Amino acid sequence: MKYLLLICGDESAAAHAEEGCGGWTEEMAERGMLHVTGGLRPPAEARTVRVRRRKLLLSDGPFAETKEQIAGLCILECADLDQAVEAAARHPAASYGTIEVRPLLP
Amino acid sequence: MSGDAAGVNEVRAAVDAAFRDEWGRVVATLIRTTGDWDLAEECAQDAFTLALQRWPRDGIPGRPGAWLTTAARNRAIDVLRRKAVGAAKLREVAAMTPEPEPAAGVLDESGVPDDRLRLMFTCCHPALSLEARVALTLRTLAGLTTAEIARAFLSSEPTMAKRLVRAKQKIQNAGIPYRVPPAHLLPGRTPGVLGVLYLLFNEGYSATAGADLVRQNLCAEAIRLARVLATLMPDEAETGGLLALMLLHHARRAARIDADGDLVTLEDQDRGRWDGAEIAEGVSVLEGALRRGQPGPYQIQAAIAACHATAATAADTDWAQIAALYEQLARFLPTPVVELNHAVAVGMAQGPAAGLPLVAALEASGRLAGYHLLPATRADLLRRLGRLAEAAVAYSEALELASTDAERRFLRRRLAETTAPA
Repeated sequence: MKYLLLICGDESAAAHAEEGCGGWTEEMAERGMLHVTGGLRPPAEARTVRVRRRKLLLSDGPFAETKEQIAGLCILECADLDQAVEAAARHPAASYGTIEVRPLLP
Repeated sequence: MSGDAAGVNEVRAAVDAAFRDEWGRVVATLIRTTGDWDLAEECAQDAFTLALQRWPRDGIPGRPGAWLTTAARNRAIDVLRRKAVGAAKLREVAAMTPEPEPAAGVLDESGVPDDRLRLMFTCCHPALSLEARVALTLRTLAGLTTAEIARAFLSSEPTMAKRLVRAKQKIQNAGIPYRVPPAHLLPGRTPGVLGVLYLLFNEGYSATAGADLVRQNLCAEAIRLARVLATLMPDEAETGGLLALMLLHHARRAARIDADGDLVTLEDQDRGRWDGAEIAEGVSVLEGALRRGQPGPYQIQAAIAACHATAATAADTDWAQIAALYEQLARFLPTPVVELNHAVAVGMAQGPAAGLPLVAALEASGRLAGYHLLPATRADLLRRLGRLAEAAVAYSEALELASTDAERRFLRRRLAETTAPA
């Protein structure tokens, strides 16, 4: 099964962004579990797009203004939820931010 | 198949017994082989229906569990064939492949793998809500109907049905594994399974005499499941601890409620009405668990219950031992309620004056603000010290906070005693 890991944190977590993942990414890739991975530029650089009644509505910043920001994401191939949770728990960001584990639709 | 044709009553009793003993095992095996929870329940149900038809004619089989599992499996093959699913799945079900992970496969005396342990861990997976865990456990392992579970938890049948459907969908969609967790995850996961069984037990235990029978039966179901768990995980001392704790509480059930439905305090219970055989079993299970040298909160609570259950009279209670056990328990469960119970035990072991400072410390911490047993405990200690005026104030305080009529009646009685002219 595929799982999306959303790596979240408050603004201070951005300071960690340059630190890398301490070998986590490499390990996941070696185990053949890594589909997609990437860090994100800060939400201030986001553009939010909606189309309503055929009109394009653009706004600056993220869709949801929350204290928690999405700082990165990856998609893992895992045997089950337990393996996905274990992998997330070993990501360095889990120790200062939050990692949301979401199963993908098949 | 062996045995002569059996009488209708005999067959009904055999099917009822098989239902209690084998339902969970049949469902657990079918889930493993088909991967389909609804199909597993449906086919298990059909197998029991078939038993009611066949056993009067063919006789009650020597191993009802094996008979039922085979019947349920055949039914599953029929259903899957009709649905024309992949040939691979069919072969898998037909072959009932032996368990590939040895850690998860506990073989019974007939060599059939017992899948109930993996079913327990899956039903009690932390990704499911506590309500969902409880409902799934009762449905799939204990075989209660959705209507019965709804009644037991004072909820409506549609609500409970929805809860069960959602839980099964989540298992499927989120990829919750159907297995006993590997060794490195077990310490984190076993308490979750024990917690669900203990919650079931407490739901039943808190049901009063007038309550629905289904509710009272939760105790028996919880004990039955705890027995299975203790058998399947004999190396986990806490499984024995939980079973012992349940047995020791359950042994006192007849004496803890009076004719009016009021709770009778331990001190005032008629010990002749306690179930001696169940106490003996609880103590023996507890001793077996303690010998493993892995102390834990269930074993300690069982040891406390054993101190009470084995005292011939309330006055014979070994309060010093109980106080020491509560101190140990507080290391595992550092909750203010455990501290309060410790204070009570110290007050009994060393006298009320020794308990008072512990209660005062708890009051100062504010952690039990609003909990009526805090002032009630202080009141009791003061009363025993002969400081009746102060005791009366504390009883009044407790009276304002008490939430049930039975508690208020008890406190009013005490209040009257402390304010009555000497």
